[in-house]
Amino acid sequence: MGELLDALAIALKAGLGFQAVLFALLAVGINIQFGYTGLLNFGQIAFALFGGFGIAVSVSQWGLNFWVGVVIGLLAAVLLALLLGLPTLRLRADYLAIATIATAEGLRLLFRSVSATPVTGGTRGLAGFNRDFIALAPWETARRYSILGATWSGGELWVAFVGWLLVALACLLVWSLVRSPWGRVVKSIREDEDAVRALGKNVYAYKIQALVLGGIFGALGGMIYAVGTGSAIPDQYQNANTFLAYAALILGGAARVLGPVVGAAILLFLIQFADTGLRTLISNGIIPEGLLSSTDVAQIRFVLVGLGLMLLLIFRPQGIFGDRREVMLDAR
Amino acid sequence: MPADEQPGPHGAATASTAGAPRRLAQAALRDVPWEVGVAKPDPAVVVDDVRRTFGGLTAVSVDHLEIQRGGITGLIGPNGAGKTTLFNLLTGFDQPNSGSWSFDGKSLSDLGPHQVARLGVVRTFQLTKALSRLTVLQNMLLGAQDQKGERFFSALVPGRWRAQERANTEKAMELLGRFKLDAKKDDFAGTLSGGQRKLLEMARALMSDPKVVMLDEPMAGVNPALTQSLLGHVKDLREQGMTVIFVEHDMDVVRDISDWVVVMAAGKVIAEGPPESISQNQAVVDAYLGAHHDAPLTIEEEDQVLAEAVARIAEEEGAEISSDDGEKAR
Repeated sequence: MGELLDALAIALKAGLGFQAVLFALLAVGINIQFGYTGLLNFGQIAFALFGGFGIAVSVSQWGLNFWVGVVIGLLAAVLLALLLGLPTLRLRADYLAIATIATAEGLRLLFRSVSATPVTGGTRGLAGFNRDFIALAPWETARRYSILGATWSGGELWVAFVGWLLVALACLLVWSLVRSPWGRVVKSIREDEDAVRALGKNVYAYKIQALVLGGIFGALGGMIYAVGTGSAIPDQYQNANTFLAYAALILGGAARVLGPVVGAAILLFLIQFADTGLRTLISNGIIPEGLLSSTDVAQIRFVLVGLGLMLLLIFRPQGIFGDRREVMLDAR
Repeated sequence: MPADEQPGPHGAATASTAGAPRRLAQAALRDVPWEVGVAKPDPAVVVDDVRRTFGGLTAVSVDHLEIQRGGITGLIGPNGAGKTTLFNLLTGFDQPNSGSWSFDGKSLSDLGPHQVARLGVVRTFQLTKALSRLTVLQNMLLGAQDQKGERFFSALVPGRWRAQERANTEKAMELLGRFKLDAKKDDFAGTLSGGQRKLLEMARALMSDPKVVMLDEPMAGVNPALTQSLLGHVKDLREQGMTVIFVEHDMDVVRDISDWVVVMAAGKVIAEGPPESISQNQAVVDAYLGAHHDAPLTIEEEDQVLAEAVARIAEEEGAEISSDDGEKAR
């Protein structure tokens, strides 16, 4: 029993750690793009890649100040959004999806390629760029702290704290945008962009704005992640993470300000809990070794989470925060 | 024609306050000959040589067309005549292969749909486009123009758009009241019936204070009781001095409210004139029913007609679908 409580504590840490911040920020960005504006960005992780490597390359390779690295990362994300959006957003919705999914995978392969090694460090990536940031922590970062049954290093705690602060600010920004007439226009674009055009709104400009804003959130998520792990490795930025962020968004409820945040925390909690919980049950002999060995857990946990998501979609298609009436309208 | 310069917005507005509507556009069009491409006394929209082809099919090929300001112009024609395509071209939703068109003397060629709408030319769609997951009131508010809060950075400062939003809401509620939708203001537009969606779409278009309203089949799929109220609303637009162009298949409706009717077939304007002139027009009858609709064909005649048709296609000029062909066949 005590071991299960330990598993719960470890899962809670995962749900509150900087990994959860990464997914929360990715999902907040996707929420603006997909949830409110109806844009299919299937390469959100590419923005995180630019954010993380923006800092890593600037600090480790070019010897620039940490904050200059942050600015470079954000500018890179804006540029990426413009590059992806300008040619595709005049076309049907699926073109953005195709362009983003290809770009995300292509950029990862480019960053890990031999020819890019002098800049990005290739498959081994870059490290040692977060010292200036960790040094800002108001508490001792070398010490370990025990919170809710799990141990956190001071650095982890600091990154997670700043991360959730950023998430809060992002939510505040999204909240003030979507209750304004601007939010009304983007929601209308999601419903029917021709109707919005016929009413004199420049749909193209709004789509670009939404794509850039969501991309900036994605880049911030990548920065928090890179600073948290202390290294930037291209293979950390697999595009599967984009779809996990989508899962977090649907779980929490799309087109709700807090939906993606709560969704991300719960998703990471569940994945970690399925993992440590299963391992505990196997080591205790409650699940016989012949049925499931601890080496299978890494795969099985995603099966369990997937099952959970399917049940959610069947019984609560609107997610945790969503409005059922709103979702049911789509059925017509 | 200085006397005809008057029926602008102001002239019509005073007319409506004077009780019985004076149909100024109808009066102005009384002496206009019933010819294709005829010049109108006070045109709001002028179309010149607009062509649009989809592959080998010429969807629209209009040489010259003028739409009288302040009047209701009905656009009719059999299915596939190019009416909706013409609408799409005029409002910037589609680009023609060639040609030019203007509104109030300003060229609309090369403008995007939102730019056309900002000039005051607003359209509705054949398949209604209610924004399902927005409330009825939000649908209406979207129609308002020049909203400060729709700009990204102003949106973040509520103080900059609150007052405007309040004024727009008042206007929206007034319009919703006129269209008998005010009780539904907080319902999702997706829960409205088909007819209510048509009403909402028209009301939403009016939020932008348009000068020209283009309605694509406003009565399609609407029950007869609602048709009457929709008709009333369309006539109201004219009373308020707007220019209305509408596509419709129901001839009773067309006869009831139009000041002028334009008939299209196979992409061309084949006739125009006041509504009463249209049903007698041989070209129109032929377009709707075929040139040989009232005489049974013998086999020889059929062969002859076929041969004629082949020859006509070979010439590639279909302008001579006139009555004497029909006579020969008979």
